[in-house]
Amino acid sequence: MGVFLQQLANALCVGSLYALLAIGYTMVYGVLRLINFAHGEIFMMAMYIVFYGIGLFLLPWYISFTLTILITALLGVISERLAYRPLRDAPRISVLISAIGVSYFLQNLATVVFGGRPLTFPEVPLFTDVISLGGVKMQRLGILVPAITAVLLLALMYLIKRTKTGLAMRAVAKNYDAARLMGIDLNRTIATTFFIGSALAGVGALMWGLKYPQISPTVGSMPGIKCFIAAVLGGIGNTAGAVLGGLMLGFVEIMLVAVFPALSGYRDAFAFVLLIFVLLVKPTGLMGEKTTEKV
Amino acid sequence: MMLELQDLHVSYGGIRALKGVSIQVNEGEIVSLIGANGAGKSTTLRAISGLERAQSGKILFNGEDITGKPSKYMVQKGLILVPEGRLIFPDMTVLENLKIGAYLRSDRDVEADIQRMYALFPRLKERAWQMAGTLSGGEQQMLAVGRALMSKPKLLMMDEPSLGLAPLVVKDIFSIIRTIRDSGVTVLLIEQNANAALKIADRGYVLETGRITLEGSGRELLSDPAVRSAYLGKS
Repeated sequence: MGVFLQQLANALCVGSLYALLAIGYTMVYGVLRLINFAHGEIFMMAMYIVFYGIGLFLLPWYISFTLTILITALLGVISERLAYRPLRDAPRISVLISAIGVSYFLQNLATVVFGGRPLTFPEVPLFTDVISLGGVKMQRLGILVPAITAVLLLALMYLIKRTKTGLAMRAVAKNYDAARLMGIDLNRTIATTFFIGSALAGVGALMWGLKYPQISPTVGSMPGIKCFIAAVLGGIGNTAGAVLGGLMLGFVEIMLVAVFPALSGYRDAFAFVLLIFVLLVKPTGLMGEKTTEKV
Repeated sequence: MMLELQDLHVSYGGIRALKGVSIQVNEGEIVSLIGANGAGKSTTLRAISGLERAQSGKILFNGEDITGKPSKYMVQKGLILVPEGRLIFPDMTVLENLKIGAYLRSDRDVEADIQRMYALFPRLKERAWQMAGTLSGGEQQMLAVGRALMSKPKLLMMDEPSLGLAPLVVKDIFSIIRTIRDSGVTVLLIEQNANAALKIADRGYVLETGRITLEGSGRELLSDPAVRSAYLGKS
């Protein structure tokens, strides 16, 4: 029973991390109809930024974390400004290719600037200390990650549902012309979306690094692609769906490995099997709505 | 003169949609722009509201040259378009649709104006919490008009407000257009339903393949033999 609870807590933790990253995919898809393949690399950059913040400039962790989230968010906005906005009227496929370009660019930039040798993510005792909770031993992260994720999600839901900014984002996601006719500034709303999505990726990266403390230029690829899967699982474009998809992916992965330890080497493959299965049964994802393609 | 187009040219995708359109709209008027499919009616309104870029020519609003300004600027100036196909936001509630109409406003009268819209369109009040996508076509058109009025416009442009609606509903829409004008908002209307559009119009223009070919008062155009045979199906 104790082992089961341990796995459950672990699944919740991993699932929350997936959810944080999946939201970025789904939000950007919402306003641009674009799979932002560079999202995983934005995540990776956040890890390097915090490494240098704590390691090189000896900043206290909370300052370093705050700065990192801010810089990561700006990095997302800049990537949109330079690589996506000039292609606003181009066919979707051009923007998609541009996104792949940004992804490889950031990976190689990191290799050149930070080097290809893996680095170790700084330890922050507040998060990484092991505690015992009802017989379950885990890092404090195990509680903090789901809690922080839940708070951020509630804040995000409030923003989307209750504020003017959220209203503008939903309008832009539905129809550019209609949004512009309301006086909404498209570019600013899209930039805001990138800011929020990338900031969440930054938070995800920090917690991911605390849990799996290894940094390399390709560290964002696998989480990136898995969270893209999570977003599609939940129904891309739907924020609540991305959270559901992320949690589900976390649970399936951890539980399968827990029940069949011999299959642990196939852990990453489960994500894809799950994706194929869900898409076969429900092609729009779990919470996806049927929509006609935007022309 | 409230709105004046001077020799407006617009092209997109290699097609010259407007080849020198000049029209005028005076304050307090209802002006109808009629013409066949593809004549450039929608393009004219889209250009005025900043969705389409003018190649040459000028758009003057209350004497100010607003050519090439972004849509946001037009809305701020009091120019609003109820677009073709209504383009309401189907997965927002009726109330949210009205609120987004007031997106650029920060004054305290927004709440009072929502109540005004409810008074003008009682059906919208009944359905305030419903998703706009579940409304009937006529109700969606009312919502689109209400949403546009929430921006406190001086000039309301409407693109085919009667399209796809039942005859009874069309009658409602036209009587609402009159109410809106009487409340002090100038109206520029384009319609395929030329008969109804000219009947309520003070003045009208006929647009053919990107050019204005006729203009006159609503009554003049209704009795013009060319208009009668081409657009009213009468001889």
